[in-house]
Amino acid sequence: MSKTIEHRERVTVRFAGDSGDGMQLTGTQFTHTAAVLGNDLATFPDFPAEIRAPAGTPAGVSGFQIHFAAAEVLTPGDAPDVLVAMNPAALKANLADLKLGGALIVNTNAFSVSKNLERAGYSANPLEDGSLDGYRVYPVDITALTLTAIAEVGLNQRAATRSKNFFALGLIYWMFNRSLEHSLAWIEEKFQAKMPEVAEANRLALKAGYNYGETAEIFTHHYVVSSAPIEPGLYRNITGNEALGLGLMAAAELSGLELFLGSYPITPASDLLHFLSKQKAYGVKTFQAEDEIAAVCASLGAAYAGGLGVTSTSGPGMALKAEAIGLAMMMELPMVICNIQRGGPSTGLPTKTEQSDLLQGMFGRNGESPLPVVAAKSPSDCFYAAIEAVRIALTHMTPVLLLSDGYLANGSEPWKVPEMSALPRIDCAFHLPREGEVFQPYARDEQLSRPWAVPGTPGLEHRLGGLEKQHETGNVSYDPENHEFMVKLRAEKVKRVTRSLPPTEVAGAPSGEAVFVSWGGTFGSVRAATRSLNQLGRHVGHVHLTHINPMPSDLEAKLSAFDRIIVPELNLGQLALLLRSELSADLVAKLTSAPKVQGKPFKERELVALVVGDELASALSLKPDPLSGEPGEGDAPPLIQIDDARQ
Amino acid sequence: MNDTTRPYPNLPATDASALTKKDFTSDQEVKWCPGCGDYSILAQVQRVLPTLGIPRENFVVVSGIGCSSRFPYYMDTYGLHTVHGRAPAVATGIKALRPELSVWMITGDGDSLSIGGNHLIHLLRRNVDLKLLLFNNRIYGLTKGQYSPTSEQGKRTKSSPLGSLEQPFNPISIALGARASFIARSIDIEAKHLQETLLAAAAHKGTALVEIWQNCNIFNDGAFSDVTDRKTKASRQVALKAGEPALFGAQNELGLVLNRETFAFEVAQVAEVGIESIYVHDPSNRITSQLLAELSGPDMPAPIGVLHAHQRPTYDEQMSAQLDEARRVSLKTPAGEPTPPRPSLQSLLNAGNTWQV
Repeated sequence: MSKTIEHRERVTVRFAGDSGDGMQLTGTQFTHTAAVLGNDLATFPDFPAEIRAPAGTPAGVSGFQIHFAAAEVLTPGDAPDVLVAMNPAALKANLADLKLGGALIVNTNAFSVSKNLERAGYSANPLEDGSLDGYRVYPVDITALTLTAIAEVGLNQRAATRSKNFFALGLIYWMFNRSLEHSLAWIEEKFQAKMPEVAEANRLALKAGYNYGETAEIFTHHYVVSSAPIEPGLYRNITGNEALGLGLMAAAELSGLELFLGSYPITPASDLLHFLSKQKAYGVKTFQAEDEIAAVCASLGAAYAGGLGVTSTSGPGMALKAEAIGLAMMMELPMVICNIQRGGPSTGLPTKTEQSDLLQGMFGRNGESPLPVVAAKSPSDCFYAAIEAVRIALTHMTPVLLLSDGYLANGSEPWKVPEMSALPRIDCAFHLPREGEVFQPYARDEQLSRPWAVPGTPGLEHRLGGLEKQHETGNVSYDPENHEFMVKLRAEKVKRVTRSLPPTEVAGAPSGEAVFVSWGGTFGSVRAATRSLNQLGRHVGHVHLTHINPMPSDLEAKLSAFDRIIVPELNLGQLALLLRSELSADLVAKLTSAPKVQGKPFKERELVALVVGDELASALSLKPDPLSGEPGEGDAPPLIQIDDARQ
Repeated sequence: MNDTTRPYPNLPATDASALTKKDFTSDQEVKWCPGCGDYSILAQVQRVLPTLGIPRENFVVVSGIGCSSRFPYYMDTYGLHTVHGRAPAVATGIKALRPELSVWMITGDGDSLSIGGNHLIHLLRRNVDLKLLLFNNRIYGLTKGQYSPTSEQGKRTKSSPLGSLEQPFNPISIALGARASFIARSIDIEAKHLQETLLAAAAHKGTALVEIWQNCNIFNDGAFSDVTDRKTKASRQVALKAGEPALFGAQNELGLVLNRETFAFEVAQVAEVGIESIYVHDPSNRITSQLLAELSGPDMPAPIGVLHAHQRPTYDEQMSAQLDEARRVSLKTPAGEPTPPRPSLQSLLNAGNTWQV
C-alpha cells in the first residue's frame, strides 16, 4: 500500500523500556542518524541509579528522549510526540508525558504476561481497558517479530530477545523516513569482529523493524523532518562530559601545561574520568584516587608542581573536597574543580539533575574562602566553560569551581568542531629567577595574582601552607591586622575577575515586563521560553550567567530595564539568594525566585507560565498531536503553537 | 608539546656537589618545644639531603598537619604544609606530574595512621617514588596530648582519663600489609643510625617508609625509653643489616634465632647456639620481615634499620610509561623507533562520528 509523507518542523521521540532493554543505545543511534542527516537536536537520557533495577517495575525504567528539528533546538522537548514503550512499566512511567493524541508504540508481547502488568502496577491491561483512548496506539509484538526475523542466526532465546531494541529502532527509522545506513555501519564496527552472530541478529532486527513499518497496515504515514539551517563546518554530536574533557585538554594546550585529573568515581561525573583516561596518547595524566579527598589533593600537588590540576566530582564528593579546596585557595594555586551536580541532599538522586550545589560551591568551606564560579549552559558549552574556568584559574592564580549537571553531562547536541588555532591562548608563565630579586611568593600584580614558581626552579625555593601568611613574604603570620588585610585581599582578588569579563548579554527584549535570570543547564529551556514569549508579543528578556562569582559588574544596569526579575532554578532559589545580596534594594524588590526540585529539567511550558500564568500556559501547551494520521490536523492555530512559532 | 620540551623552567641545574646543611636551613625560627625529638630528625635530614647529589631546587618536602608537619617551613627547599592526613595524596600528585623531583613526605602517627590512614596504605601499595618519614611519638602533640593510634592500650590521656581502649597500630605491619617496597625504623636520638637509614631510604626507588621513634617530652616523655636508654639499649635494640646476622648486646653476644617449629624469633646466646644458627637478615623476605615487625615486649629487642625492601616498578614511572605506550600505539610507531611527539589535539576534536554541513 502507498503511505503518505508529511513534513514536520520538529518532533520529540522518547524510547522507554527496562534498564536492560538497550534504550540508551537505541536513543543514541537515533540521535546520531538525526545529527548526520542535518537536524538540530537535543537529547535527554533518563535512567535509574541501580545498574540492574528490579526488572519490569517503573523504578527500573530507562528512557531516552530526543528532540530533533529542521530549525534550532534548545531543549530535549517538553513532551514527546512519539513514545515507544517496551513493557508495561515503561508505559506506566512515561505515559503522563506523552502529548494527548501522540503516537504510542507498545511492545504487546510484554503486555500479554499478567506478571508484567502486576509489576508495573496495572490491575488491568491498559491496551484493552480503554485507558489509552486519548492516544494513537500502535500495538506491535516487537519481541515475537524480532525472534522470527532473526531465527536463522540461531541465537538462544535470551540472546535473541536482546535484539528487540533494534527492531524498535528500525520501526522508528521507517516512521521518520530515515536511512539505516549509519546504524548498520555502527553494528558492523561494534559487533562484527567479536560477535558476528550478534551483529547479524541486530542487522536483521533493524531491517525487520523498518520493513514492518513499510508493510504493516497499521502505519499510514511517515514523516519527514528536514535538515536545519546550520552554520557550515565540521560537526559531531557531543555529550557534556565529553565536551568538558575536550575543553580541559584544549585549555591545557592553550596554556602550554600538562593536564592532570585527580578523580574518584561518582555519578554523573565518572564519564569525565573515563574520557580523559582514554587520552593518554595526548599526554593527559589521570589518577583514580582512593577517595574524593585524595583526588583533589593530588590535583593540588600537580598544580604546585606546575601542571593544570583538575578534579571532578558531584555533590557528595564536593562536600569531601571542601577542606582541600580551601587549602588551594589559601595557597593561591590554580586548579579547576568540576562539580557535575546531581539531585541532593546527601546521596539524593544520583542519576537525576539538579542545580543545588551552587551555595555549597560558593560557601562550603571554613573561613572566608571565596573562589570564582563558572557554569556551563549546554552540553557543547561545557567545552568553552572549561576553557574559561582554566583561564580564570591561571590568570588569577586561584582554584575555580566549574559547575555542570547531570542533564548537561549526559545530554548531547551537535557541536561545530572548533579550530584550535582560532582559540585565544591562555596567558600563563612560571615565575623565573631575576637578578638581584629576593623572591616573594605572595607578591601581587595588578590583579592581585601571585607568582607561580614551580619546583625545579633554582633560587625560588619557598614553602606554602594553610596557615595565614604575611602579605608578600608568605611567611606564617598570626598578626591580627595582617590577617584581616589578607582576608580582604583574597576577596578583592576574586572580585577583580570581573575586569576580564565580557559585557552581559540580554537576549529577547532589551527592556520590558520581565527578565529571566538563569545559570547552568537551564539555559536551553529558559531561552526557548523567552523566544516563545517574544513570539506572543511579550517584552521579556533573558540574561544567562556564565560567571556566578564574581557576577558581571554591568548586571545591575542590565536588569534595571525590566519590571520583574524572574530567577528559575532547579533548587530552592540559590542564585536568587546570591542576587538578593548582589543587587540594589530596588531590584531585589522586583525579584521572584522560581524553584523546581524534581530531579528533572524545566519544561518550556513551566517557564512560560511564570510570565503569562498557569492557565494561559496550559492552554498554549494543549497543542494537537503534530503527528496526526489525518493530513492537516497537525496545523494548529498560531497562538498555541509554542514550538512551531519559534524560528 | 612532547616530553622533551617540558613546560617547567628548563634552567640549568645548580651545582649539587657543594651543598651543605646550611643550604637546607630556612630563615624561619624553629618553634618545636625545647627538647623535642623533632630537632634531631630535622638536623639529620639537613645533613643527609646535601649529600645525595640532587640539586636543591629539585627537592620538595610535603607534610600534613601536626607538630612534625611544621617540618617544611624549616627546610630551605620547595615545600608544602597541607591538610591533616592528606600529604600522601598531595605528594602523589607532585610526583605523578614530575617524576624527576625528589619528594620527601613528613608525617606523624596521628596524621598518617588516623585521619590519613587510607591515604598511607594506598600510597604504599602504589609505590610512588618518594621518601616517607613517619614521626611516631605515640601521642597527639599539637592538640595537646590525646592518645594516638599508636598509643599503648590503657593509655591515660586527657581524652582517655580511664585509659584508652584501642589496640595500637604497628606501622611496620601495616606497611607490610600494604605491600610497601621499603620499610625501615630508626630513632630520633640515634643520629648516626638515622642518617644511615635516611640514606638507604633515599637510595631506594619506590615509597620508602621510615618510622622514626620520636620522643614527645611534653605529652609522652619516655615513650621509648626502655628501648633507647643508653644503659640498656644494647640489649633492647637489634640493628638489622642486610646479609648480616641479627646480633645485639653490648658485645654482640645475643642473636635472633628463627624457631622453625613455632615460626617465631627467639633470643639466643651466640656462644650457645653458634653464629651459624643466627638469623641472617634478608629484607626481601616478607615473611621474616613480618615476624620481625611483630617483635615486642620486654624480652625481645626492638628491630631497627631496614626491616623490609623489595624492588618493583614505581607508580610514577609506570604512569609515564603508559603515556608513552599509548602514544606509540596511537601513532603506530614501529618497535625500536623513538616515541614521536604527541598527536595534535585538533585530530582528537575532529575524530569520532563527524559530518560536514
